[in-house]
Amino acid sequence: MNVNALIPTVDWRALAPFTIVVCTGIVALIIEMLRPRRNNNLVVGVSLFGLLVAGWSLFGMLGGPSDESFAGMILNDRFGQILQLVMVGSCAVCFLFSEPYLREKRIPFAEFYPLALWSTAGGMLMVSSKHLLMVFLGLELLSISLYCLAGMSRYESKSEESALKYFLLGSFASAFLLMGIAFIYGETASLHLGRISEVLGAASASPLSTIGAAMVLVGLGFKLALVPFHQWTPDVYQGAPTNVTAFMAAVSKVAALGALVRFLWAIGTLDTVWFPLMWWVAVATMTVGNLAALVQNDVKRTLGYSSIAHAGYLLVGVLAAFSAPGRVSLDATAFYLISYAAMTIGAFAVISLTASGQHEGTRFYDVRGLWKRAPWAAGCLVVFLCSLIGIPITSGFFGKLLIFQAAFDAGLPALAVLLAVNSAISTYYYLGIIQAAFVTEEGAVAPRFGKPSASLNLACAVCLAGVLGAGLFAGPLIRGMGTAEVGPPVGVPVQDPLTIHTKNTSD
Amino acid sequence: MDVGHWLEGLGQSNPVALAAIRVVLLVLPILVLVPGLIWLERRLLSWMQDRIGPNRTGTVTFPSNFPLKFLAGKKVRTFGLLQPIADGVKLFLKEDVTPSAIDKLVYFLAPFLALFPAFALGATLPWASTGFMPFTSIPGPYSLLTPVANVEIGILYVLAISSLGAYGLVLAGYASNNKYSLMGGIRASAQLISYELGMGVSLACVALATGSLKMPDMVMQQEAALWGVAEHIQNWFVFTPWGLVSAIVFLICLVAETNRAPFDLPEAENELIAGYHTEYSSMKFAVFFMGEYAAMFLLSGVFAAVFLGGYNLVPVRWEHLADTYPAMAGFYGAMAKLNYWLGPLWFLGKCAGGVAFFIWLRATLPRLRYDQLMSLGWKTLLPLAVANFIVVALYIVFTSLYGPAGGWGAWGGATLVLVLLYLNIAAATRKGPLASPPRRIALVDGTEAPASLREREQVKT
Amino acid sequence: MTANQVAFLLVGGLAALGATGVVACGEKPVRSALCLVLNFFLLGVLYFMLGAELLGIIQVMVYAGAIMVLFLFVVMVLALQSQEAPRHKERRWPLAIVGAIALAATVASVIVTFDPSPFSQPVGDGYGKPQAIGAYLFTEYALPFEVASVLLLVGIVGSVLLARRNA
Repeated sequence: MNVNALIPTVDWRALAPFTIVVCTGIVALIIEMLRPRRNNNLVVGVSLFGLLVAGWSLFGMLGGPSDESFAGMILNDRFGQILQLVMVGSCAVCFLFSEPYLREKRIPFAEFYPLALWSTAGGMLMVSSKHLLMVFLGLELLSISLYCLAGMSRYESKSEESALKYFLLGSFASAFLLMGIAFIYGETASLHLGRISEVLGAASASPLSTIGAAMVLVGLGFKLALVPFHQWTPDVYQGAPTNVTAFMAAVSKVAALGALVRFLWAIGTLDTVWFPLMWWVAVATMTVGNLAALVQNDVKRTLGYSSIAHAGYLLVGVLAAFSAPGRVSLDATAFYLISYAAMTIGAFAVISLTASGQHEGTRFYDVRGLWKRAPWAAGCLVVFLCSLIGIPITSGFFGKLLIFQAAFDAGLPALAVLLAVNSAISTYYYLGIIQAAFVTEEGAVAPRFGKPSASLNLACAVCLAGVLGAGLFAGPLIRGMGTAEVGPPVGVPVQDPLTIHTKNTSD
Repeated sequence: MDVGHWLEGLGQSNPVALAAIRVVLLVLPILVLVPGLIWLERRLLSWMQDRIGPNRTGTVTFPSNFPLKFLAGKKVRTFGLLQPIADGVKLFLKEDVTPSAIDKLVYFLAPFLALFPAFALGATLPWASTGFMPFTSIPGPYSLLTPVANVEIGILYVLAISSLGAYGLVLAGYASNNKYSLMGGIRASAQLISYELGMGVSLACVALATGSLKMPDMVMQQEAALWGVAEHIQNWFVFTPWGLVSAIVFLICLVAETNRAPFDLPEAENELIAGYHTEYSSMKFAVFFMGEYAAMFLLSGVFAAVFLGGYNLVPVRWEHLADTYPAMAGFYGAMAKLNYWLGPLWFLGKCAGGVAFFIWLRATLPRLRYDQLMSLGWKTLLPLAVANFIVVALYIVFTSLYGPAGGWGAWGGATLVLVLLYLNIAAATRKGPLASPPRRIALVDGTEAPASLREREQVKT
Repeated sequence: MTANQVAFLLVGGLAALGATGVVACGEKPVRSALCLVLNFFLLGVLYFMLGAELLGIIQVMVYAGAIMVLFLFVVMVLALQSQEAPRHKERRWPLAIVGAIALAATVASVIVTFDPSPFSQPVGDGYGKPQAIGAYLFTEYALPFEVASVLLLVGIVGSVLLARRNA
């Protein structure tokens, strides 16, 4: 066997961000090992520096042409770069407020940083690969780190419960994903998404490829918390340490969405099967997420349901881009992802203040009077929640507007209307959180809060800048996005499946 | 050779029959030798412990009116050689007790699951030279007889099958419905899993050096010149620096894998009665016993094949000597032929030597504590094996680039770096949270020892 | 039918039987695990029969030899604290039957429409040999290989993190 003939071409520059993040994790781990029983400031510093370098290298590639190397295992395109930037940034912001929170909770384990870095690296692989093997490995890297991080707070049974639930359901979903990949490989004899797309495009849909695709969508849908694979989300979000929840909400959602877009692109020719299915999933995800959030009394749980709803909004953007290729791009979705990451991490960062000593209460009741104790953080929280609602000048508003517009342009008015209605519903529970933070009861014992540290204030400021900045400069940002090239290779029906459906039932 | 031709013909006309012959040639000696090994263990152990041991069974005193005149009235000593047979008869005739509240299926399955891997272990083991006959380029008859299956993954097969050995013990422990048995089973599984790692990595070093996973290839590689320099001496891996480390790690893991003293915690009699086979009596117990000896014997064979030059008697390259010194060619040639044709005998000798080593260990070393067992496996052997793996990779690369001197230089440098690294990490962890807390002396009434006593204790630890 | 095919069907059938046993022995976890061991071992044998020696032996070593021993270990540690096996709810049956039928239909559709022509050429010389797999692992699949090693590192660090109780 001629081994040299097998050596693939490698674009080391495209591989650099991933490598930097992984190596930073290893360096952080070694530092932790060599300096036991010290504080983690050096570990945090090194991690942030590594993320900065990775972000810088990603930024440097932004203008370049897209290409793939390593036999399609590394794809270097605009969409992937933006998503990777979002993940690197999210990870960095989470690190900013993690250390005071972990100290307050008495779980200052420096292993958090390397694990979170590797998790980020896994997410980066998921969005920057055209190879299902890499997508799976990336997903596992992302997930396994998160399972461990969710159970980091060993003295709290809810943290252990959250880790176990996440792990069991996550492995189940991974099994689905893997089985689906195997089915698709059985049909197309390839794991490369481009090749899969070609083979599937050449032949009519077979049961094998259909079921395989469905199974992969189940696996990714679980990660993205799409209804009906969302049940784990509120429990896991509530039980995990707040900094981990913030990380999970941002990074894993971005990564899963990226992988979903890539996969949907590859199975574009099976659209008659998956498009109506995903359409209904989007409807259910938005609606169930919002309705369930209405009756919660725990801030983290509410935000968990809200993240489900947001996954639904994002899915609307994706479906719009796929149903009108050429006319509607993924720019709106990418923009929404950026703003979503900023506002959700910001919100969780502020909520992390409820940890005081070993105690942490996250019910609405426990955030009473936050504005008195930490006015800056509480003010930021208002902005983040307004952005989550979609109130003008925040980026959340522009994101939703863009997706709304995209859905209309793509001929999916029902989805657009549902999106608007759901946003209106969501106002209720977001305002509930704001109200709780600003209410003080006469005579009642005020809950204790942790001291808002400088790094937490900085994290809030960064998120605030992200939310407001993306809102103010939405135009240039959108124009600079340029993710149009990811669009599906073949035409997808422009018709709204709801109309088809109603026609069928009326017959 | 007539036998050789006949075998070749058989291999062509009826490969299944040839395979059956190969299996019989492997299994039969083990079955025959196990009683001998038991005798060896008892005699050797008693000698080492300054006892007499079983020396009577089989000793016959012929009556004075015995028909054969030269035997009449004589006493023929057999050094207790018939003792294992007597033992076997005893085990056969003992009452076969089966506890009532047990998982019957698993209970009866367990001894056979313990026996099966022990016998299956040897399938890729070459017990004689598979190469050319001396001074010819014709493959000898042995190459048709051994190993049973000359597959590409030879050494991995040994690892895989020896890891299956855990099932017998674990299931026996579980099925007996006895807490001591269960403890023994749990200990056995934890121990086997822990020591498999060190074993696997130390064998990986050899695979790396050989460039093949086939065991016959590994032996043949050891017939090359020592370090590529000393041309008359064979390059047994145990003579190479990395091979020595590998061999030590492998040997210790071997003892642990076979549950022999000082690693016989699964059957530690002062804690667990008899561990996993507490509830097994009569023949079922004998099956466990047999499995243990067969595994010991065959794994000694693996050690011999991988590190000790396999079926070669002494590490001398007779053929090369004969070519270099024609004056002595007759003697060297005869030695080469002796070495080749009596290969199975030398191999058996090495296996028996391995077993004797096991027995020596049992007589010498006290049993380990369980935490010592675990920390030896995970914190000493595994890192050592992994470090050795890195070193051997460097050794090979530098040997191929700069010859033996380069290889030795790389070996020395890498070893130095790794030792320094280890000391550094050890120093760091000693200060850190990984270090065990200072021991406290508890007094009888539950209070702690006075500060003065405690301090003294802390200084010591 | 050749002897090889008979052997293949026999081993495959036994493996399927083992897989069924895993579910059928649900009340007795140890037997269930044993059936799984049987299944894994026979799968390894199937790989051997297909010429994928390395894959077969790794299947036996990793699944039958390591993972299942850990399974049994955990089952036994749980058995130390004697417990009542939870009664199974029968209402999962309809879903299971639907899933099984869907899977069977998929497999059937593949078998019916199977086109053997692309698979009729003989495989390459080194097929399934450690050398061939090694060559792929260190060239075309070097990146996944490295990512998998990071994944293992995550596993180790994560388990240490979960085992730590105090800083």
